[in-house]
Amino acid sequence: MEIEKGWLQKIMGLPPLASAHGGEIDFMIFLLHLLMLVLFVGWAVFFIVVLWKFRASRHSKANYKGVTNHYSTYIEVGVAVIEAILLLGFSIPFWAKNVDALPTDRNTVVVRVVAEQFLWNVHYPGADGVFGKTDPNLVDKQTNPLGLDKSDPAAKDDIVSINQLHLPVNRQVLIYLSSKDVIHSFALNIMRVKQDAIPGLSIPIRFIPIKTGQSEIACAQLCGLGHYRMKGYLTVSTNKEFDEWLASQAKQSQSSSDDFWN
Amino acid sequence: MAHDSNHQDSHHPKHGFWRTYVFNTDHKMIALWYGITALCFLLFGFGLVMLMRWQLAYPEQPLPLIGKWFGPTRMPDGVMLPEFYNQLGAMHGTIMVFMGIVPLAVGAYGNFLIPLMIGAPDMAFPKINLASYWAFFIGGVVMLASFFVPGGAASSGWTSYTPLAVIATTGQTMWIIGMIFLITSSLLGAVNFIATIFQMRAPGLSFMKLPFFIWAQLVTAFLLLLAFPPLEAAGVMQLMDRVAHTSFFMPSGLVVSGEHLKISGGGSVLLWQHLFWFLAHPEVYVLILPAMGIISEIIANNTRKPLWGYKGMVYSIVILGLLSFIVWAHHMFITGMGTTISAFFQATTMIISIPSVVILTALFISLWGGSIRFNIPMLFALAFLPMFGIGGLTGLPLGLSSPDIQLHDTYYVIGHFHYIVAPGTIFALFAGIYYWFPKITGRKMNDLLGHLHFWPSLICMNLVFMPMMIQGLAGVSRRLYDGGASYAHAQGVLHLNVLMSHAAWVMAVFQIPFIINIFWSLYKGQKASDNPWESTTMEWATATPPPHGNFAFDPKVYRGPYEYSVPGATQDYTPQCQEKVI
Repeated sequence: MEIEKGWLQKIMGLPPLASAHGGEIDFMIFLLHLLMLVLFVGWAVFFIVVLWKFRASRHSKANYKGVTNHYSTYIEVGVAVIEAILLLGFSIPFWAKNVDALPTDRNTVVVRVVAEQFLWNVHYPGADGVFGKTDPNLVDKQTNPLGLDKSDPAAKDDIVSINQLHLPVNRQVLIYLSSKDVIHSFALNIMRVKQDAIPGLSIPIRFIPIKTGQSEIACAQLCGLGHYRMKGYLTVSTNKEFDEWLASQAKQSQSSSDDFWN
Repeated sequence: MAHDSNHQDSHHPKHGFWRTYVFNTDHKMIALWYGITALCFLLFGFGLVMLMRWQLAYPEQPLPLIGKWFGPTRMPDGVMLPEFYNQLGAMHGTIMVFMGIVPLAVGAYGNFLIPLMIGAPDMAFPKINLASYWAFFIGGVVMLASFFVPGGAASSGWTSYTPLAVIATTGQTMWIIGMIFLITSSLLGAVNFIATIFQMRAPGLSFMKLPFFIWAQLVTAFLLLLAFPPLEAAGVMQLMDRVAHTSFFMPSGLVVSGEHLKISGGGSVLLWQHLFWFLAHPEVYVLILPAMGIISEIIANNTRKPLWGYKGMVYSIVILGLLSFIVWAHHMFITGMGTTISAFFQATTMIISIPSVVILTALFISLWGGSIRFNIPMLFALAFLPMFGIGGLTGLPLGLSSPDIQLHDTYYVIGHFHYIVAPGTIFALFAGIYYWFPKITGRKMNDLLGHLHFWPSLICMNLVFMPMMIQGLAGVSRRLYDGGASYAHAQGVLHLNVLMSHAAWVMAVFQIPFIINIFWSLYKGQKASDNPWESTTMEWATATPPPHGNFAFDPKVYRGPYEYSVPGATQDYTPQCQEKVI
């Protein structure tokens, strides 16, 4: 299930886009590179002309004063204005709307992702919608990677999967990201999502997947010798397929709670 | 302002070998030691990345010929281990920044040129100066030795983020100890530079007559003095976390490989990042400002006209220095920052780009109306301008938090800062070596070898760093042992790794003409006069090589630093310390 790239992704060499907010990021990247291109080409033309025109063999006596007009000041002011527009018109509002604010939609899918060397634990709250308590003393690498407290009633229906993040399409997603050991960084390239997973903190991430398909979870922060292979999988499916997957996982974790490692 | 005693001892005191070479407090000898040591470290740090580029281009294939020399703990049968790759990555960054560029740009250039350019007989505190060099040397030795402790050198990146660095092998302890020496060295150097520039300028040399290089060194010294102490403190705290099991940077509830860590906990992981970047962002300006200073001297000299907008450049560099203290958290946009804080750091980051643009634009405009000589120093200086331009421009999408979401921690970042420090700063350092070599040795460096060094280096630099931008846009993370080979999203840009590696190796080959040039020119180079480039600044007004005490006369300053092609003068340069215009 390859997701098609749009024109913006093609000319900028960006990955395909599959989230609601990502278009704005791509557009900003495009605008910024356009600005860079204009400035660079402008400089380059000036540079080449000057080197040609004022080489010593052609221009043997230098002009003490040089340039006496103020065009460069206008250009500098222009750059400052464009930067201000990008900052105030795009970047800050985007951050307030898409990164900072928590979703209020009651239909939101809430998931916990807990990173560790070198895998991603994905924790669904199950039918009750409440995450069971966890305790670092209960962690067992094989049977209980998150240290779920089985005596907590809320933990009974919780689902834990390794490196498999399944999400439904066109629904608000809220992921609480943390880490068990060192700093990792949770990168969903096609969703334009990247967030450091920081031990001791639980950081919310929000986005809406708008295309079904499979892609990768990458680790973007050096986390040790296995950093390069700390890869997970993201599957975005229809609501129905997502519910079916959850049901099958629930059954699996009940029948063989110590075998999901494989 | 002026020093009272104008009497200088211009005779070489007779000392034995140790006092003449090793424990000589003369700023020029210390500068030479700094320069030689830093160039060796630069070459070594460059060598580390040559090895990494093999693994990136040909993941997990044995390195031919030399691969087996590295032993089973690093490269069994010539195949690099991820542990060793991470060591190379961390130490490449550390060595290039703290043991290569800073000691060369500040320790060597600053020490050699500041007293000469301001007409002083030596630095203000010659013994502190010597102590600064030896602290640097010891720090460097500790860093190199760390490759041979069990588990190898530090492997948590040059940033040494906690908790990874706290749970790392012994090499990390060595890294911290090495850093403490290197920081001490920079602090000693910084106080010395500041005192010298404030107190020992020749009569008549007011601040607005200082060569731009001196301004750059002065601002750099303040950055080092004010930004390094927090990292020194943070380094000691990390050392305590490692050896005394404190928890400054360690939160409660850490579970490493299934084991609940028995530590007191309660620390803050992000505290380290704040302390680190509070140094490391000003440090970026420590890397670039002296380079801008060198470039300015060379451009003024080889356009035969004054720098355009000297005052604007001076104000800009001072503002750059001040602002560089309040942009640090733009390295941390994706650590979970709210809108208010991210807005502040985005705004300061956009604002700091303006003085950088002003300086770069002033240098471009300085070329207009010149009579441009294309000698080797000038070629490197000219190449600096567009290359630094690319480095600066690619900082824009990283400095805005929203596009940074996609580009953070990808190869785009690596491409961006390498454009600034490699064809930017390192080209400036090369330019300076070709330019001031005649003052140090009395001989010019060879032009043909210079061309053979410059052109291939320029082409290869771009072939190495431009593809990184493409990989970064495609989303390839940095610091991957296999260069992204195991990720599907990297497949379309993976072939660029082979191109980049070959370009890097070709670039390495074309550094050989430079090394040969240094040694050949030392003995066989064309003899140079005291002022071979017909320059205006004061280091060229004294004898070559400058005697002990620097000046055989009492230098007085009559005019600004770049009085070239003064209207009405017959000679196209009018030195700062020459009384009459001729």
